Amino acid sequence: MPNQNLRPPTIAVTPKDYQDLAKKLTPKPTIVRNSFWAFMVGGTICALGQVIINLFAAAGLGRQEASTAATALMILLGALLTGIGVYDEIGKYAGAGSIVPVTGFANSIVSPALEFKREGYVLGVGARLFTVAGPVLVFGITTSIVVGMVYYLWH
Amino acid sequence: MFEMVVSAFLVGGVLCVLGQLLMDLTKPSFTPAHVLVTFVTGGAILGALGWYKPLVDIGGAGATIPLSGFGYTLAKGAIEGVSQRGFIGIFSGGVEAAAVGIAAAVLFGYLVSVTFNPKG
Amino acid sequence: MNLKRVGNQTVVFANPPVILSSYSVVGPMEAQGPLGKTFDKVWPDNINGEKSWEIAESKLLQEAMQGAIDQAGVPNDQIDFMLAGDLLNQIISSNFAARKLGLPFIGLYGACSTMALGMAVGSMLIDGGFARHVLVGVSSHHDTAERQYRLPTEQGGQRSLSAQWTVTGAGAVILGQSGAGPRIPAVTLGRVLDYGETDAGNMGAAMAPAIADTILNHLQDLQRQPTDYNLIASGDLGSVGANLTREVMQRSGTPLGPEYTDCGLLVYDQKQDVHAGGSGCGCSAVVFAGSIMQRLKAGELKRVLLIGSGALHSPTSSLQGESIPGIGHAVVIEA
Repeated sequence: MPNQNLRPPTIAVTPKDYQDLAKKLTPKPTIVRNSFWAFMVGGTICALGQVIINLFAAAGLGRQEASTAATALMILLGALLTGIGVYDEIGKYAGAGSIVPVTGFANSIVSPALEFKREGYVLGVGARLFTVAGPVLVFGITTSIVVGMVYYLWH
Repeated sequence: MFEMVVSAFLVGGVLCVLGQLLMDLTKPSFTPAHVLVTFVTGGAILGALGWYKPLVDIGGAGATIPLSGFGYTLAKGAIEGVSQRGFIGIFSGGVEAAAVGIAAAVLFGYLVSVTFNPKG
Repeated sequence: MNLKRVGNQTVVFANPPVILSSYSVVGPMEAQGPLGKTFDKVWPDNINGEKSWEIAESKLLQEAMQGAIDQAGVPNDQIDFMLAGDLLNQIISSNFAARKLGLPFIGLYGACSTMALGMAVGSMLIDGGFARHVLVGVSSHHDTAERQYRLPTEQGGQRSLSAQWTVTGAGAVILGQSGAGPRIPAVTLGRVLDYGETDAGNMGAAMAPAIADTILNHLQDLQRQPTDYNLIASGDLGSVGANLTREVMQRSGTPLGPEYTDCGLLVYDQKQDVHAGGSGCGCSAVVFAGSIMQRLKAGELKRVLLIGSGALHSPTSSLQGESIPGIGHAVVIEA
């Protein structure tokens, strides 16, 4: 860490002491309250997903298809709520409750793309769609290939 | 059917609390993007070990809607791909299983971004 | 030659330059804050019909600068330099405003300390005999800063409790050799201090050591006490940084009394959900150009020390895990 030898006068606190002081005077995240809201909002989003699965199943879709279709619909919902500027307001309270569900994945896709529209449709929207989705796909798909490879060698 | 909604609420809620703790107890440089990557990778690994499936059986959407469910689908797809198609399935299985989710994300993401303007 | 430099870092002017006019333009959120009535112009929203937030920010700066020129009543051909800066890459808000104003232009970058830096450099140009009038202005914009430094504004998630809210606003002043108005008798330019804070969501903590260092040097150079000022206002440390500054000054043997405050604490109300307070070049600029100038002119304040505070990092340096260097520039203003 780049602390210089400063000509006096300068503050009578060492970098180490300062970091301790800064830690002490910086407010901590309100973990219990954050977790409560993450649980409530995240749970509600998933419950809504289950209601949609049930409806698709009642309409005659198989269990797997109903689940896949519900996921796609939730992505649409997350994208729309981001477009009309509601999702970030939910996120203020819900934290991970609105990040972890697939609606949060949709939010992470739309929010940068939306803002970079003024930079054009290719290098603005097109490129920025994947600011967060890119890493998710990279790590997700890579892991799946590793899993497939291990499974292939195993059998 | 209704019990499934309740258990989806509980399982989904717990997974989100895990995500919240992951953010609040780590350095501020651990962003939402890191949370999503952790969940998708974690879901894929747990899925491969066969530990995520029980959660899907109990929680339904509570386990499939969180991004760990996306990872689970990828890993499950890779394993099924290998069983059905052998070597080439290593590469095709995961993406094929997740294709609907990826396509939906790209299409809806693009349409919404083009249609709306940011509020700020 | 008679050197105007005093002590280690301070310049004392032979003929203190005069602040002939000041002008501030802000967005709606700043207008709803406690200082709402002190601003000259309020925009109905953050974009005001412009085609992008960046162009809107440039327009804010242009309006503030034109406002200051009109109020001073100085013809354009007597303004010898325009000094301006902002937070965007390659200071485009300032460049684009300069394109419209057509004055000899010196672009400055001091992050959020740029208003104080500009007033200090402008005063030196005037007292040095290099200029008759100097226009100084800076801007910041919540939405341009968020997307450059942090996350997209529509992304859901929680801002940390120590995070600050970038002020949407621009402030400008005209400095002259003589005339009616508050004067700038001395300035102290700061050095860069880095005490190892890496969290870009806690910039107050990154800047506080540099602010305290500048105050200590300023007071020693001029043989003064904090109580020699009616108001010591740091630029945009917010609540965390202001508390740290008090603590560090206390430990350094020069405690700050009730005369000390921070523009980031003044500009918003706690109820506005801004967490630690305001930030951005515009923060200290609009608080100074509005409220502080009015109180100086009303005789309520006799002598003020404005310390612009800047966090000199970039999004790239933050991603690479570098700690955040801080700087503070102090300007004395007397009624």
